[in-house]
Amino acid sequence: MSSVFEKSSKARWLALSPSLFVIGIFMGVPLLIMVGISFLEQDTFGGVKPAFSYAAYRQLVMELDFFDNLVFDPAYLIIVWRSVYIAFLAMVVTLVLGFPMAYYITRQSQHRRNLLIFLITIPLWTNLLIRIFAWLIILGHGGPLDMPFRYFDPNFSLGLLYTPFAIVLGLAYVYLPLMVLPIYASLEKLDFRLVEAASDLYSSKWAAMRHVVIPLSIPGIAAGCILVFVPALGDFIVVTLLGGAKNLMLGSLIQFQFQTARNWPFGAALSVVLLLFVFVSMWFYGRLNKDEDAGGHP
Amino acid sequence: MSSKKKSAGGVGVFRGLATWTTALYVFLYLPMLVLFIYSFNEGKRVLIWTGFAPTKWYAKALSNEAIQDAAMTSLLLAVIATFLATSIAVSTAIVLARAGSFKGRTFSQGLIMLPLIVPEIVTAVATAVFLNFVLAKISIELGFGSLIIAHTVFCIPFAFMPIRARLQDMNTDLEQAARDLYASNWEAFRFITLPLMMPGIIAGAVLAFVISLDDFIISNFVATAGSTTLPVYIYSMIRQGVSPEINAVSTILFAISAVLVTIYWFASKPRN
Amino acid sequence: MLRSLKTSLLAAAATVVAFSSAMAEELNFYNWTDYTSPELIEMFEAETGIKVNLDTYDSNETLLAKLQSGATGYDVAVPSQNFVEIMIKEGLIQKFGASGLSNYGNLHDQFQKPDWDPEGEYTVPFHWGSASMGYRKDLYGKDVESWGEFFEPGPELAGKLQVFRTPDEVLNLASLYLGVELCTEDPAEAAKILALFEGQKPSVLLYSSENMTDRLATGETIMANTWNGDSMKGRMEANENIAYAYPKEGVIGWFDSLVIPTGATNIEAAKKFIDFHMRPEVIALSSNYARYSNAVKGSDAFMDDEMKSAAEMVPPADVPVFASPVCSPAAQKLVDRIWTKLFQ
Repeated sequence: MSSVFEKSSKARWLALSPSLFVIGIFMGVPLLIMVGISFLEQDTFGGVKPAFSYAAYRQLVMELDFFDNLVFDPAYLIIVWRSVYIAFLAMVVTLVLGFPMAYYITRQSQHRRNLLIFLITIPLWTNLLIRIFAWLIILGHGGPLDMPFRYFDPNFSLGLLYTPFAIVLGLAYVYLPLMVLPIYASLEKLDFRLVEAASDLYSSKWAAMRHVVIPLSIPGIAAGCILVFVPALGDFIVVTLLGGAKNLMLGSLIQFQFQTARNWPFGAALSVVLLLFVFVSMWFYGRLNKDEDAGGHP
Repeated sequence: MSSKKKSAGGVGVFRGLATWTTALYVFLYLPMLVLFIYSFNEGKRVLIWTGFAPTKWYAKALSNEAIQDAAMTSLLLAVIATFLATSIAVSTAIVLARAGSFKGRTFSQGLIMLPLIVPEIVTAVATAVFLNFVLAKISIELGFGSLIIAHTVFCIPFAFMPIRARLQDMNTDLEQAARDLYASNWEAFRFITLPLMMPGIIAGAVLAFVISLDDFIISNFVATAGSTTLPVYIYSMIRQGVSPEINAVSTILFAISAVLVTIYWFASKPRN
Repeated sequence: MLRSLKTSLLAAAATVVAFSSAMAEELNFYNWTDYTSPELIEMFEAETGIKVNLDTYDSNETLLAKLQSGATGYDVAVPSQNFVEIMIKEGLIQKFGASGLSNYGNLHDQFQKPDWDPEGEYTVPFHWGSASMGYRKDLYGKDVESWGEFFEPGPELAGKLQVFRTPDEVLNLASLYLGVELCTEDPAEAAKILALFEGQKPSVLLYSSENMTDRLATGETIMANTWNGDSMKGRMEANENIAYAYPKEGVIGWFDSLVIPTGATNIEAAKKFIDFHMRPEVIALSSNYARYSNAVKGSDAFMDDEMKSAAEMVPPADVPVFASPVCSPAAQKLVDRIWTKLFQ
């Protein structure tokens, strides 16, 4: 079959067409429509009026106050910044926690490695809602964390739920496996004889780590960071369930526009902003990696 | 270097790494254990322990008609979406892994990964607007079909990755030989390439299946009446109140995930 | 082997699809959370053989957004009176000859052909009640007398408030407190309302229209926006210290109706279901479950005694009850602006 595809472009495109068609029509077109909607005018009770307006984008930085004056309003920028900050925090937390973990796994025997990776995959494949629900219980009012304190004061509560701490904790919990797996994949390819040689040269394990291991595992680290940062940026489940809807972030703000505020153009504009962030992150990632398929040979 | 250093441990293993890692595994699994324990609470409110009733909520959850309906819907949806996504992924993977470099290669590669890159909330909102609102304006109503389409689209990259990985790892000598032996390319494909690809296809299908079963955000936005999937129903249960019935459902789903991971594991073991 | 695997997969899928469509007639009911009596559903299913699928929402706004986004297939939904007008205007619900249904005569005269549906074409009454707040009398220490205690809470209530997630009712309650006209079109007044909410925000634990009484019962919150029936249910089932407040500035009254959305597919089943609700013994089931008043003559005979005398059911004579009006587009814009600014 290979030679057919190498030689005939018609065969190539024929075989590629199902995916190009399906994704093009059912993902590409909706996204283009979203961009289009962001430039339309809002209809009072939801939906859009077919009239061009850049009000949605203007709303990002300028607000119409109650008297219809345009006033610079940083509030949405603050929400965007907060989302970036929390997503970044979650990424750093998972990186700090996950890198040593991945390293440890790599250093085990093949058999144990398989077992450990197996054990990490199970939570990853468990429904997100269930994993967050567990934290609703653990952090909840009167939950297992409050129990020991309640021995002294029956109404005591740590009050951890509905705080930014809960959000970062939830995000880190959900995305930890996604950080560990790519780093492990990267470290696995490492020839540890190099590391041993290095540690002899540097006469210290830490130096070897800093000068050899970490630089060689950059592709894995980069992949892990992207896999955590991007979804965390657009998340709205963790934010809503563990954050109490008090602290809006980009994902829940978009959802808010479409479900409660009924401001589709603004929701679409926010989506475009989110997409821009994602593409910028991907560009950074692309710079750190080469396309492995470029040569075409396995 | 002495053989001692080559065994597990040796250079680069810092003290405390084992403890660190174990602690993290505990961190990952402890919440599930908590869920499990509280599912035995007799009382209606999870955090107010009134007694030990090991089967009460499991019986209730399993006999709950709404849960059964939602589970059926999720299952049906996952089967159809997996079938479609995997088929599409197979033909795409073969081209991208075997055709060498050609014009439009990067574009195709990027397009197939697009559902992975775009944040779920944006996909959900865009798809819902397109499939439910825009198409309705030209009188096309898809109902359950909207969900099938949406799920297929985001399952494609997940099915694609293990298949392509398998193709890359495969020894192309066999395929070359097959092409010499068999009269047609199709036969070479069917009798040699495809069976060799099988572990990758199965792994891709299982991955797509799990992804579809677990999806919440997109299903929540795109779903219309009567096509409530299990995660959407669980979300409404969580919103309505923290009852041990949710714990029971969660534990059951967790067990199912474990089973699926096991299947995936055996399917993607390299066989030579 | 591959071919037979694919074939059997397809066959399995086809069987399931065929099976589900061969099943009994169905009805998709879209209702508020915790508002549907399981007994009523069972009775309906037993009598007619029609299977009822329940989906839920937490507010009128969510219902409106869902219908607006083109979601079809919901056969019966339950909007409040001011939203009925919006939905008629937007073409989201359809005429089904409500006043022609066989049990329509069972309704009290004053509830037939109401202001929001003068021809009796679109709606049938479901329940009516008030929106105010529930609170833990024991933890708070005294009775609530004014909305100021909720909107300008003292330090003992820090982090102990739950506020409705959507503006419709709670914004009107704030207006009552400030003495501002409901659905005001005056930007200066809107700014005052926003300032009030922003001042309250630090004391708010979360903005949600669900699970109010659960949190009141455990003491996680001390005050929460609730509806009268919801609060009564909490008092009777979860914690007897949950009281329903009738602050002197007034409470908001609402009237919910059963409607048929435009995208409904099982219209005959929907009509049967709606007609079913106008039988006194049936609506009493719903009233007893959700703890709300209904509009059907003779249902008193089937309702629990508590329903007749409970404080939640009967507002004190000196407390005014205002119905939420339909806001003009200009007023609605201000509402949206206030609420969006609040969540920034």
